[in-house]
Amino acid sequence: MQQISASLKNAAKTSVWTPFNIVAGIIIAVGLVLTVIRFTGGLGAVTNLDHHTPWGLWIGFDLLCGVALAAGGYMTSAACYIFGLKRFHAAVRPAILTAFLGYALVVLALHYDVGRPWRLPYPIFYSQGTSSLLFEVALCVFLYLTVLFVEFTPAALEWLGLKRARNLVVRLVLVLTIFGVILSTLHQSSLGALYLIAPSKLHPLWYSSYLALFFFVSSMFAGLSMVIFESTLSHRFLHHKMDEHHLEQSHGVAISFARAASFIMMGYLFMQMIGLAADNDWHHLTTGWGAWYLLEMIGFVALPAFFFALGSRERNLRLIRWTALWAVLGIVFNRLNVSLVAFNWQLPADQRYFPSWMEVGITLFIVTLGVVAYRFIATRMPILYEHPDYREQQEE
Amino acid sequence: MEQAFFTLQEFMTHTKSVVYLLMAAALIGLPLFWLFLTGRDEKKRTF
Repeated sequence: MQQISASLKNAAKTSVWTPFNIVAGIIIAVGLVLTVIRFTGGLGAVTNLDHHTPWGLWIGFDLLCGVALAAGGYMTSAACYIFGLKRFHAAVRPAILTAFLGYALVVLALHYDVGRPWRLPYPIFYSQGTSSLLFEVALCVFLYLTVLFVEFTPAALEWLGLKRARNLVVRLVLVLTIFGVILSTLHQSSLGALYLIAPSKLHPLWYSSYLALFFFVSSMFAGLSMVIFESTLSHRFLHHKMDEHHLEQSHGVAISFARAASFIMMGYLFMQMIGLAADNDWHHLTTGWGAWYLLEMIGFVALPAFFFALGSRERNLRLIRWTALWAVLGIVFNRLNVSLVAFNWQLPADQRYFPSWMEVGITLFIVTLGVVAYRFIATRMPILYEHPDYREQQEE
Repeated sequence: MEQAFFTLQEFMTHTKSVVYLLMAAALIGLPLFWLFLTGRDEKKRTF
């Protein structure tokens, strides 16, 4: 409690009118206006969605990219608690927080995207469509968001000084981690499998019977890259909040994660080639779509994999951090290609979907909410440092 | 570049052959890539 009052006093001393606060404030204000328009005027008032493309930017970016980039939570906690790699311990809490906020914002974005958001709990509590992939995704996201919330609570409970509750939750960590890995395996792949229903709509270079596998494997290196990228931002803007333990481990985390991401990316490249070979899609590579596909595979998978490898070999943190941003952009590129660019590829240009500025505005609003929430939590709770009362316990 | 296949048998024989070759390339390529990744690591003393 003393810590809370101290942080409140510190907050009162610093000026509110920082460049970050002003920009974030403007985006949130515009987002709130767009939110009112969305929920009073309906989807048609703010989106360019139509019967050809009922899933637009909010699914392609907010949901598919949000879930993929939140994979750092299960990757880091599995490495630390299941594989016993305790040298990654300092990365667990920031990764769990990023994943928790990522999934929370995915659910928030879904409220905007579905026609009747008040029916979101229906698939879980009212009418289970057990033969539907969407039901599986809904159930997994619902359960995994709960798991992530519980995994995040020790930091909040330490901040609030609730020792007994915190110690109780910490005992559940291993079970929660195992549960989280199982749920992530299920829904990361199911998100790709959703597109298996549209073989005639998705371009053959992106359509494959291995789509589920592609989504799951790419989520692994997306999560690892995101942990490195998020750590880079934390070092830049929240360096004063990091303790020695965190700073000591962070270099090793970046180098090891870069190495793992590089190896998985190379495996992913081989899987993509096998996907092409199994459907005999090679002839598409010589078309314009082929050039776009090769840009994704070479420009956003093979090259980042090579630079991750070079960075981890040379122990070049600067190279690793820039490559992490590159790989994160690559995942966004891939998910947007599957859900928007290569979807309905055969339609004439005037019938193709392009998001309206209001859809982009809502997406920016949701991302900004995530950044503001992360900053709010990381500056107050023991995310980037260990709480002095529990330091010895965590070193064990 | 596009080949004509007259039967499913032909198609499967062709695509499976290429997949098997790629699998062999992966089985050789990935361990070599791992050696490249870990090439500069200090070797663990086993004595």
